[in-house]
Amino acid sequence: MNFSVVTSQFASLVLQGVALGLIYSLIALGYTMVYGVLRLINFANSEVFMVGTFTVLFIQVTVLGHAVTREPMHGWPLILALALSLIAAMGVCALLAMLVEVVAYRRLRAKGANRLASLISAIGVSIFLSESWRIFTDSRPHAGPRLLEKWSFGEFHGANFRIDTMMAIFASLIIYMVLLRFVNGSRLGKAIRAVSMSEENSLLMGINLNRVVTLTFAIGGLTTGAAAFFYITIYENTVFNVGFNLGIAAFTAAILGGIGNLRGAFFGGLALGLTEQFASAIIGSQWKAVTVFIVLVFVLLIKPSGIFGEAVQQTRT
Amino acid sequence: MINIRDKGAEIWENWNRPTRVIFVLSTITIIALLPFAAAWGPTSFLDTPITSFKNVLVYPVGMFVLMALGLNIVVGKSGLLDLGYVAFFAIGAYSQAILSTSFGWSTWEALPVGIGLAMVSGVLLGLPALRLRGDYLAIITLGFGEIVRIVILNSRKVTGGPDGIAGIKNPPAIFGLEFDLFHPEHFFWLVGVMVLLVIWMVRRFTVRRPGRAWEAIRQDEDVASLMGVNTLVYKLWSFVIGAAVGGAGGVLYASKVMVISPDMFKFEVSVLILACVVFGGIGNIWGVVLGASLLAYIPDRIRFISDARQVIFGLVLIIMMNLRPDGLLPRKKREKISEKRKK
Repeated sequence: MNFSVVTSQFASLVLQGVALGLIYSLIALGYTMVYGVLRLINFANSEVFMVGTFTVLFIQVTVLGHAVTREPMHGWPLILALALSLIAAMGVCALLAMLVEVVAYRRLRAKGANRLASLISAIGVSIFLSESWRIFTDSRPHAGPRLLEKWSFGEFHGANFRIDTMMAIFASLIIYMVLLRFVNGSRLGKAIRAVSMSEENSLLMGINLNRVVTLTFAIGGLTTGAAAFFYITIYENTVFNVGFNLGIAAFTAAILGGIGNLRGAFFGGLALGLTEQFASAIIGSQWKAVTVFIVLVFVLLIKPSGIFGEAVQQTRT
Repeated sequence: MINIRDKGAEIWENWNRPTRVIFVLSTITIIALLPFAAAWGPTSFLDTPITSFKNVLVYPVGMFVLMALGLNIVVGKSGLLDLGYVAFFAIGAYSQAILSTSFGWSTWEALPVGIGLAMVSGVLLGLPALRLRGDYLAIITLGFGEIVRIVILNSRKVTGGPDGIAGIKNPPAIFGLEFDLFHPEHFFWLVGVMVLLVIWMVRRFTVRRPGRAWEAIRQDEDVASLMGVNTLVYKLWSFVIGAAVGGAGGVLYASKVMVISPDMFKFEVSVLILACVVFGGIGNIWGVVLGASLLAYIPDRIRFISDARQVIFGLVLIIMMNLRPDGLLPRKKREKISEKRKK
């Protein structure tokens, strides 16, 4: 136990917690979008994230030929390179997520199968993806190139406002705002909300169910892909099972905020990121996960459906 | 789709008592002779490369059948999604390891303690967690599994941390059957007896009050509680009984492998056990036994393609779930119809 760090590094812990938390939020949005519509935990989302991180590396190293050891880029080439890898990651993740839906869920959904069957099928996809990637990458961790020189905007009480952290924070906020507007404001967003309320009634209202579900998976893939990009820019390495811990953390975040709820995923991610940072500073990083789960248990005891959760009747299996 | 389970039940119904007794006894005999199948010509295709077939039969096959049956009480009977079942296995294994190495207890003495500790932790987890529903319960149990593993990993003094505990003693002989490295078939018979006990217990429960209460809870918890079923108590019971089976499995496992470390109790194992249950047919004992045997056996049988075997395992899960969403041997039609109606 070391409480002195809380006062000495408060600002720094908050900043890192927010950055990590927003990455969790982006992945959690992937879980929560799918859950909101299908009431299913999309276990393959963590592997979608993993593929996203490798897509970023592929674009930066292979396509742009930027070796790990090379000097960072500057000016327009930098912005273009970053934009290209972000868009590629989001695109590949969206496509993969849609593919996962077709392979793992569509047939089962058509048969009206048990929820657990879909869960196992998704776990199958998850094992398949991470294991093929393990063979493909020879189990080695891959370092990401440093495209972006990590200069700092300045310091504030020990918090270092580095460009990559700030970029992740602002971009995640923008993505969240856009998504919120899309779901609450657009026609397709309305369709998504309708399906999440009642599949049967939305079918009667002439909504193309399969299209909405595919769209939901695609949106989940987009946010997860963005998370993968920011993860690489900040942490600069990845490995075939990177999705496992992040996936569990993001899923916990989604539950903490109240799954199926966009606001819940967002603030759940933030809360989780901050809790993790403070817990590892105070008790030590090996107890991080334990603290997170204990916090989760307490939150759920007080509010059984998460911070922004829906009524209990609707969350039933 | 042919429902093999119903077909099987139909044939069974039409048999008279002696036929049934003969059938059950011969099945048990065949299974008991399984360890020798690899050495016998016609069945030698069963042999597994790398790990010897007799050992594969004990772990993973026997152990997974045992644990899948335990988890089936939680997931199949009362419909609670538990993603941290490996925690109870770990608790059983570590109580056996610590009691054996530090206090010199034999397996038979440690078994009740291991089961008891697993049950107590089941209550500790269940009391707060079982008030939650569906996926909220799933994440709490997942968290519990991780917490147990992390606590074991970080309590270096008691559990040896990441190095684990070595030098756990094999169980002492019973009826002249030695339990050691050279007699894996004895372990297999031991696990087989445990499996039979669990099957007998589950069948007893199913036709009595707890079984009916679980069935009611699984189909509709609100209705069950309106009809006067104390849902929390019965959910807790199913949880605790499931935990007890997991704990017993852990004790046996530790005394078989003699060395345990936290790596053996990862989240993947929970997922694998759950996969066994769903793959075989949730809620149906024979389906679960079949599913667990297959899912535990296949990865070892195809070990010669070492790298790709997990990939193939993933593919098998996807394809099988798509072809037979209710598992290989689904539960009774009667139970399934009421499940459909709920939707």
